[in-house]
Amino acid sequence: MNSPTTAPPTGGHGAPPPDGSSGVRLLAGWYATGRPATLADHLGRYGPPPVTAAGGPASAGLIEAVEAAGLTGRGGAGFPTARKLRAVADRRRRAVVVVNAVESEPASRKDRFLLAVAPHLVLDGAVLAAGAVGADTVHVCLPRDPSGGYRRLDAALEERRRAGLDRVRLLPHALPHAYVSSESTSLVRWLGGGPARPQGSPPRSHERGVDRRPTLVSNAETLAHLALIARYGPDWFRRSGTREEPGTLLVTVSGAVVSPGVLEAASGTPLTTLLDRAGGPAEPLRAVLLGGFAGTWLPAEHLRTPLARRDLAPLGAAPGAGVVVALPRSACPLTETARMLAYLAAHSARQCGPCRLGLPAVAEDFAALAAGRADPVLWSRLSHRVALLPDRGACRHPDGAARLAASALHAFADDVDRHLTEGPCPAAHEPPRIPVPPATPPEAWR
Amino acid sequence: MNRTRHLRVDRISCTGQGLCAELLPELIDLDEWGYPVLKDRTVPGHLRAHARRAVAACPRLALRTDRDRP
Repeated sequence: MNSPTTAPPTGGHGAPPPDGSSGVRLLAGWYATGRPATLADHLGRYGPPPVTAAGGPASAGLIEAVEAAGLTGRGGAGFPTARKLRAVADRRRRAVVVVNAVESEPASRKDRFLLAVAPHLVLDGAVLAAGAVGADTVHVCLPRDPSGGYRRLDAALEERRRAGLDRVRLLPHALPHAYVSSESTSLVRWLGGGPARPQGSPPRSHERGVDRRPTLVSNAETLAHLALIARYGPDWFRRSGTREEPGTLLVTVSGAVVSPGVLEAASGTPLTTLLDRAGGPAEPLRAVLLGGFAGTWLPAEHLRTPLARRDLAPLGAAPGAGVVVALPRSACPLTETARMLAYLAAHSARQCGPCRLGLPAVAEDFAALAAGRADPVLWSRLSHRVALLPDRGACRHPDGAARLAASALHAFADDVDRHLTEGPCPAAHEPPRIPVPPATPPEAWR
Repeated sequence: MNRTRHLRVDRISCTGQGLCAELLPELIDLDEWGYPVLKDRTVPGHLRAHARRAVAACPRLALRTDRDRP
């Protein structure tokens, strides 16, 4: 891992472009070799990043290529990446790029996985984005956890330094591991010396972010796609995925499947195909949770739906950051949801009253419902409280918790009725099926 | 000058004192903890003076009216 790579990149411009249509791009090297790519591996496969002078004419070319490719953010919100780049590039001051690999969503592992197996794709993307928006500094933000990710990132950065590859500064950071600390304004606030808590805008990060400079905060996977668009162009990028949502995305499949893990798939791949690629259901499924703890329950009858915004929107769901959690029929969906809500409540940044007080209240109501301890007015009180969460915080954390709660009440309406009238189901006493971190407040915000 | 105004609450600053709901009950409710619920963000012309008073009365300076987007 630490071996010096002063040797020039092998093969000059790298191998010919990988076949765009196969649906495997970011993980192609991993699938081919089964080991993390060193800088030499990376340059051998892809060639050096086509970097241009910051602010030069070619940087506008990259933004245009990203726009033509139709790349959208892979961190969950799905915002068009070119618009984000342009908003920062249009500001006068020297900009800053922040790579968001904090990935605090407990059911997502894709950014950690990508940085572990193909760190230089992400870093290339960050350096190219820096060139496009006129930045001289890239902050790479990881969660502060014992997985060794920070050490590996540091080693990858050292490889690049020794090779003299980049003209911008690349700085690694390990942020507190709280659910809301991966929100883009939390990163900006933390990098400014504050707590990793969301900041109510304005000013927006692209106007005044890190060091009061225009700041591009981008998800790690998004930047890796950008690195390939810069090399192979928008037409290549569009060879995979759907017309409206081109490209591939990383998906974390967990829960009741035979081989949980991270895989790469073309946008628009049916959910059943994704489950099959994760070894298939380990037992009959009741539903899948899409988008993570702040996501939506989708009953099993909808599993043929393609993983794409356009197809999921009518069902009230979205791909989010590519999270699919399979819930077996043998589990109590209300108990599983109640545990997730308790975790989300504990991870409120406690800055805004409606979230600080509303989330624990909703989580307690849900726990009572799941345990069959409902009082006569629980249903109306819970519905009212859930409805009051969205759009009343400095960030979207309460909105996400409300989405999870509301979708559980909707998707498992029969279970709700039974729990209200007959008490808990037998499965409520079984061990939980979906791993949820302890519902205790984050240890640190700094 | 007659552009529509929209209510906005700085949720981090707001501590739920509740004066806004007293001065502008047509547009603002309180939840069970005393934090404001905006029934409608758009301030109609005939309530503009009331809205201004509510904004001025907030001890946390958490209530504002914006001219542009809701």
